[in-house]
Amino acid sequence: MKKRSLLGKAPAAPYLVWSVLFIIAPLLFVAYYAFTDKDGNFTTANFGSLATAEYAEIFLRSACFAFLATVICLVIAYPVAYYISKTQPRTQKILMVLVMLPMWMNFLIRTYSWMAILEDTGLLNTALSYIGLGPYHMINTSGAVILGMVYNFLPYMILPIYTSLSKLDPRLVEASADLGCNSARTLFHVILPLSRSGVISGITMVFVPSISTFYISQKLGGGKFDLIGDTIERQFQTAYNYNLGSAISFVLMILIILSMTVMNRFGEEEGGMVA
Amino acid sequence: MKKIIFSGLLLLILLAMLLSFSSCGEAKEKVVLNVYNWGEYISDGSEGSLDVNRAFEKYYLETYGVEMTVNYTTYASNEDLYAKLKSGATGYDIIIPSDYMIQRMIEDEDGNLLEELDFSNIPNYRYIAEHCKGLGYDPEEKYTVPYTYGMVGVIYNSTMVDEEDASTWELLFNEKYKGQILQFNNSRDAFGTAMYMLGIDVNTTDMTKWNAALQKLVEQKPLVQSYVMDEIYNKMEGGEAAISAYYAGDYLSMAENNPDLRFFYPVNENGEYVTNIFVDAMCIPKGSSNKLAAERYINFMLSKEAAIANAEYIYYASPNSLVYEDADYQEYMGEEGMALLYPDDMDFALVYDTYAYENLDSKMLQEVNNLWEKLKVESSTLGSGVYIACGVLVVALIAFFIVSYVKKIRRRRYYW
Repeated sequence: MKKRSLLGKAPAAPYLVWSVLFIIAPLLFVAYYAFTDKDGNFTTANFGSLATAEYAEIFLRSACFAFLATVICLVIAYPVAYYISKTQPRTQKILMVLVMLPMWMNFLIRTYSWMAILEDTGLLNTALSYIGLGPYHMINTSGAVILGMVYNFLPYMILPIYTSLSKLDPRLVEASADLGCNSARTLFHVILPLSRSGVISGITMVFVPSISTFYISQKLGGGKFDLIGDTIERQFQTAYNYNLGSAISFVLMILIILSMTVMNRFGEEEGGMVA
Repeated sequence: MKKIIFSGLLLLILLAMLLSFSSCGEAKEKVVLNVYNWGEYISDGSEGSLDVNRAFEKYYLETYGVEMTVNYTTYASNEDLYAKLKSGATGYDIIIPSDYMIQRMIEDEDGNLLEELDFSNIPNYRYIAEHCKGLGYDPEEKYTVPYTYGMVGVIYNSTMVDEEDASTWELLFNEKYKGQILQFNNSRDAFGTAMYMLGIDVNTTDMTKWNAALQKLVEQKPLVQSYVMDEIYNKMEGGEAAISAYYAGDYLSMAENNPDLRFFYPVNENGEYVTNIFVDAMCIPKGSSNKLAAERYINFMLSKEAAIANAEYIYYASPNSLVYEDADYQEYMGEEGMALLYPDDMDFALVYDTYAYENLDSKMLQEVNNLWEKLKVESSTLGSGVYIACGVLVVALIAFFIVSYVKKIRRRRYYW
């Protein structure tokens, strides 16, 4: 019996080694650098230097941008996912491929292209000028950055919601109609609660990369307002201050863990109510 | 059937990979040289130019009877290169950093990162112009061989900028051109623009002066369209931005795509050039596994054909007399190009000694980085719309949860 369970665990070994090497060890490195100075002595000064109004604003700004991007993604993705899940199986496959299609291209190239689209002399403004509109100033604004986030991370919202909706038993919807619910009530009291797990993993998968992104804000925001990812990147790439960079990453990780815990708490509670 | 074809294909690919590996083992002698250079900084065979690395491999095989493979990779900034070397990446045989970074590598706190060169293997060093030898970063000519040099100037779009504004650094700080100015997205160059304008020594250790420069950059921030590096090409060529400071050589390639672009070297009130000169030089980092081959590579890069191919590809000034004295090269660059890259009325030594970047010690670097940090995190022209939208949404969410919670409790009372 014991032998068998060991054998059963064996296939997990590669992943275990992988996660120790590439997840646990780097985390320990981050913690080590965050709590040491340049000479490797223990210090909390890195965190002390973060306690300024400027850094607080960067954290707040990043959280706001990520939050807005997540909400917009959710609002766009839910109807799309619902629509896809209601189509013929064959059409579903095609539509899913279409959702994934942009992800076949490199993330950096996609963002760089948005720069060419949104510029004052860019594609969009040129096109608008033909019909006598504009020019509208779009690049280097917070709207452009949020657009970049929504565009890049939207598939991560659509996919899990679609998965949970397509697993939803249509008989439950019929039952709710038989019991006299109108379609709005069916949506809010049956469909939405049953797809909550998809929504929550979608929110996680959009919020986390949004709050830590660095490339989008540099290209679409003109490097004029930093998000937290930009600040971290600069510490490692140009400022060569691993200690401060690690300290910021450390704080960011804690923030993300906190918000995820809160999210999951909501998920469990409400989920319990539905069941 | 499909499956069979597919697996057959997979097998074939595997076999091909195996074969290619085994053929590697058959060659009797083979040298690999790892060259680490800036992006777009070597003639690579595109658009009919000479592929310098392949030419070197051929030359090496013919001259020394040894098969040579040049493994060529690129970096985006001096700081990237430094971070890479310091993080313990070894195995690079040739690197081409800029002057101040070379100085930093030589004076590094963990010991010199560079190998001393054996100049008997680099006879072509004699072609290097005297004024490019023994500069501050390597006064004894022990570690480096200059590859290119150049100066920072200001590029502007003549359809958007008045001619009379264009002669000094003031142009980058001119309120008239709000939203049309591009600024460097790296600390040294960005601070440089402010310090040259204010007449501050760019290598000063006086923090009050650095702070004065920061003040200037903070004032400039609302005027700046974006902080960029390579995007300058697109934005200037496309007419998206009107003004940016950049390297003279790069202006020449931009002007090919947008004839409205103009260029000047900023001057002070006496009409003297006030701008940065940089020299990028070839070095061999410690840990090179084949120093002799690396020195032969450096020597090859100084040979006439390779040096001219590179100079014509990169558009930067060449320190190699075989290049700048060559009539074909002069014709290729044109009169404007030659005048820009090799200005007659400039005293190279004087401008270099006064305005070139020197390495700042690690404490100063830290201070400068802190200032740059301050500029970048400084709350800018960003509208408060994002915060308001966020606040409204958060309030709405909280209200929603409270309402649904109250409903839930009521419903429970009703059912039980």
